[in-house]
Amino acid sequence: MRMISIQTEDFSIEYETNQLREATPEVGGIATFTGLVSDLNREQKIESLFLEHYPGMTEKQLEQITDQAEQRWGLLGVRIIHRIGLLHPQDQIVFVGVSSRHRKDCFEACQFIMDYLKTHATIWKKERGEGQSEWLEARESDKIEEKKWQR
Amino acid sequence: MQILYFASIREQLGLETEEIEWAPEITDIQTLIDFLCAKHDQNWRKVLSDPNLLVSINQELAALETQLSAKDEVAFFPPVTGG
Repeated sequence: MRMISIQTEDFSIEYETNQLREATPEVGGIATFTGLVSDLNREQKIESLFLEHYPGMTEKQLEQITDQAEQRWGLLGVRIIHRIGLLHPQDQIVFVGVSSRHRKDCFEACQFIMDYLKTHATIWKKERGEGQSEWLEARESDKIEEKKWQR
Repeated sequence: MQILYFASIREQLGLETEEIEWAPEITDIQTLIDFLCAKHDQNWRKVLSDPNLLVSINQELAALETQLSAKDEVAFFPPVTGG
């Protein structure tokens, strides 16, 4: 069972978790990650964040990331939501939920999907704060996290 | 050939998308960039020669020397920052 969505609307962590829980009685554990808009980046106050994506390509990439995770771990369900458009501090940006029989599989797969999403999926953020607005630059630390999964 | 520009690349070029007639000199991404720079103004050379520029063909990441054909969808964008 998988669900991948790029959307402007907010999402409910409880609803998403329940979808994973109710999908099959085999589920032994669920790991979820929720990314939020933080009010501070590089010591600068953030007023808002604008996100855009490449319609079609981003969804395809998330499908591929999920394929890789399913090949690597024993997964029962994967749900990925990424919001686009204008967001503000404390808003939810991204959700990754993974269910499996055993906790190791869902913990690792959830982190793997997030690390790959951050470095591969065609999504861009523009920050607005203190009267300025600028596109974020890719972080070296994200690439290092992603490289850890290569084998 | 459909060309798309995203994020900071779109803003620097002031263009979201354009349709170009395929020309015989367009064989790969590099020759497409040369074609676009000749078609538009000087700013294009600067923006499209950024070493961090990423490019996709039919929604798959591609290299400058990847071959092109007339019906391809090509997109130019900066390194991704989602999540």
